Amino acid sequence: MSYTEVRAPKATATNVNADHVRGLRWWKEIGWRHVVGVVMIIICVVPLLYVLSASLVPGGTLTGSNQLFRSFDLSNYTNLGDRGFWSWARNSLIVCTVTAIGTVLMGAAAAYAFSRFRFRGRRGTLTGLLLAQMFPQTLAFVAIFLLLLTIGEVFPALGLNSLLGLICVYLGGALGVNTFLMYGFFNTVPRELDEAAKIDGATHAQIFWTIILRLVTPILAVVGLLSFVSSFGDFLIAKVVIQRPEQYTVAVGLYSLAADERTAPWGLFAAGAVVAAIPVILLFMFLQRYIVGGLTSGSVKG
Amino acid sequence: MSHQQTITPEDEGTPPRPPGERPRNGTGGVSHARDFGRGFWVKLVLVALIDAGAVYGILSAVSVSQWAIAGFLVLALVLVNWAYFSKRALPAKYLLPGLVFLFVYVIFSACYTAFIAFTNYGDGHNSTKSDAVQAILIQNEQRVEGSAAYPLTIVSQGGTLGFAVVQDGTVEVGTQDDPLAPVTGATADGDKAATVPGWDVLGFAQIAQEQDAVVNLRVPVSDDAADGSLRTSDGLTAYVYQSTMTYDPATDTMTDSATGTVYTADDHGNFRSADGTALTPGWRVTVGFENFTRAFTDSRISGPFLQILVWTFAFAFLSVLTTFALGLFLAVVFNDPRIRGRKVYRALLILPYAFPGFLAALVWKGMLNVDFGFVNQTLLHGASIPWLTDPWLAKLSVLMVNLWLGFPYMFLVCTGALQSIPGDVLESAKMDGASPVRVQRSIVFPLLMVSVAPLLVSSFAFNFNNFSLIYMLTGGGPDFQGTPIIVGHTDILISMVYSVAFESGVKQYGFASALSILIFVIVGVISWWGFRRTRRLEEL
Repeated sequence: MSYTEVRAPKATATNVNADHVRGLRWWKEIGWRHVVGVVMIIICVVPLLYVLSASLVPGGTLTGSNQLFRSFDLSNYTNLGDRGFWSWARNSLIVCTVTAIGTVLMGAAAAYAFSRFRFRGRRGTLTGLLLAQMFPQTLAFVAIFLLLLTIGEVFPALGLNSLLGLICVYLGGALGVNTFLMYGFFNTVPRELDEAAKIDGATHAQIFWTIILRLVTPILAVVGLLSFVSSFGDFLIAKVVIQRPEQYTVAVGLYSLAADERTAPWGLFAAGAVVAAIPVILLFMFLQRYIVGGLTSGSVKG
Repeated sequence: MSHQQTITPEDEGTPPRPPGERPRNGTGGVSHARDFGRGFWVKLVLVALIDAGAVYGILSAVSVSQWAIAGFLVLALVLVNWAYFSKRALPAKYLLPGLVFLFVYVIFSACYTAFIAFTNYGDGHNSTKSDAVQAILIQNEQRVEGSAAYPLTIVSQGGTLGFAVVQDGTVEVGTQDDPLAPVTGATADGDKAATVPGWDVLGFAQIAQEQDAVVNLRVPVSDDAADGSLRTSDGLTAYVYQSTMTYDPATDTMTDSATGTVYTADDHGNFRSADGTALTPGWRVTVGFENFTRAFTDSRISGPFLQILVWTFAFAFLSVLTTFALGLFLAVVFNDPRIRGRKVYRALLILPYAFPGFLAALVWKGMLNVDFGFVNQTLLHGASIPWLTDPWLAKLSVLMVNLWLGFPYMFLVCTGALQSIPGDVLESAKMDGASPVRVQRSIVFPLLMVSVAPLLVSSFAFNFNNFSLIYMLTGGGPDFQGTPIIVGHTDILISMVYSVAFESGVKQYGFASALSILIFVIVGVISWWGFRRTRRLEEL
């Protein structure tokens, strides 16, 4: 912001009122920016309007969806249940919520340990975490498939085709980027608070649950929501782990609807896409500045 | 948890002292025995549940001979109980849950990938050698000429079908998985079983209903596959079938008694005859670096593989370049405080980023359809441009869609970075007489790169493995012709891995894992190099 603050007084000082540039000069300096913006917004919004419009064409196929807002009919939304969309939505909700809560709890606990305790192997564990992040889970999907195949013989509830199995795979990524994000945040909570609580007789568990976690709520919310959004958008691992249609998550389910676009129930798919996208878009709008802030500040520190 | 009194020195973050000096219970804090707070009971219940699960898992792992899982569970059980009931393991109490998941689903699966990469694991090589021997014996069973016919009673128990026969006066029952065994209390009607306790005897109508299952049912005579099995073709009479193959463990050969052909075990997990015919299934063996070299030496694969490799680099690089260029351009354009409604512009411009990526790819796939798509039909008034079916246009489409998806992220990041550039730096440049272009080129851009460059490296690594975009938009197509695996012009390495592992007819986990390792090495080296370069930027 400081850049903009510097420029504004300078503009007035040279006796050109920034807000009242007119005519050719306005076009040259500001107007063209609006043109760029409007063009870009059209490019951004048209595909989204297309989905919205397609979702309102009853029994729509690909061909019937080309004329934007030709009809207004909510039958696709009411028919979503026939293809099992709501059970996919429920599965996704369960998987993403449990993953988000688990990620927050385990990540916060680990960040607390790294931030507040000094123990043998602390540096080693931190470095190890950093290294483990190097190998993205998606690369290991073949091994994950075979691993769950084997685990399923022992614990069927943790094997293939099980939501719990999928959650466990996602929780494998709970420590990692999130832990470092939280670790940095935990370090900003003054240690004097812990010490004061300790002197008053609080145990380490009480300090963790009732003091630290309350003070770092913003980062917990951000990590939880990021984890929710990323497991919601995951396709590869969900597709590998889940094979039965009734267990599909939204990503796998909507893919199965639209896989062959010629015969796809396009209106139904579009309705599902709208329902699935709205909460995520709202979350993003809400999270926007946290995400940018976290990304850039984290990167400078390396 | 609350049994831990935090006035002991270890809790204040000092390094643990040698065990001998440690204050004992009752001297340094309140002992476990006297501290039964609410937290303790919560912990007790949780750990008890985990223990119960682990004990169940150990028993069930032992019963299916999964020794690795059993061993891991024993270790985990000991660790969990030690961590949560010992006074020493304070950090472990907080680290253990996350570390267990990390270990199983990230570290182990990474190591397992590396291990599989050196084996021929896949369809036809799924299991151990003894399983393969059994399977070959079973597959080659034929009715033994002149053997006795057993009048058959078909029984079922909870949906499992079984055969009941009378052998030497006693009724024996067997199913697909359990060989024939005598049943006490069963009655026979002549040479045919009449009732079997615990089993329902199926009538003619039920047999007719389950005809396929009955005809395909194979009930082993004993645990040894060489003894053969009972099978039926009409549901009334069963005959003993025996394998025409015999396995000789001493010479490690399989002999076909019908033709006299001898199949010898080779080092690729197959029984192979002198003329090269292999018996299926084979078994899993390590094959060294074969999976790694195969992509380069197998002439039917190496051509497409090299094309995919080049395209993967091009795709990842061009994706980063285009999204960054457009994002930076827009960030600079909108970084002027005199523009009204900047907030509205920003909110609308990040919509493609907020829209879930997998959905965007599917929507674009529909919009770019040749015959019915929105782009050809509405925007281009009935053109039939093969956006996704022509090799080069498909590549262009993939890049364009990824640009649509990715530029808002770069726009956000660049906006943030531009706004964090200190104003006094810019002002002093102006005082020194630098032109606006010069300021952008020599001050703004280098400062911007310091914070954005690491994100460009991550973005490269992300796009290198951008499976869902490719898989959902083009499915890798248009396909190459004449390759043994189904891959196409827009496939990137990770979607090739998926195709090799699951979608090319014969599943080849070993080859797929080797390709995964290759991707990991490539991405790792590039990231390492990239981050080193960005460090240097920071020193500017």
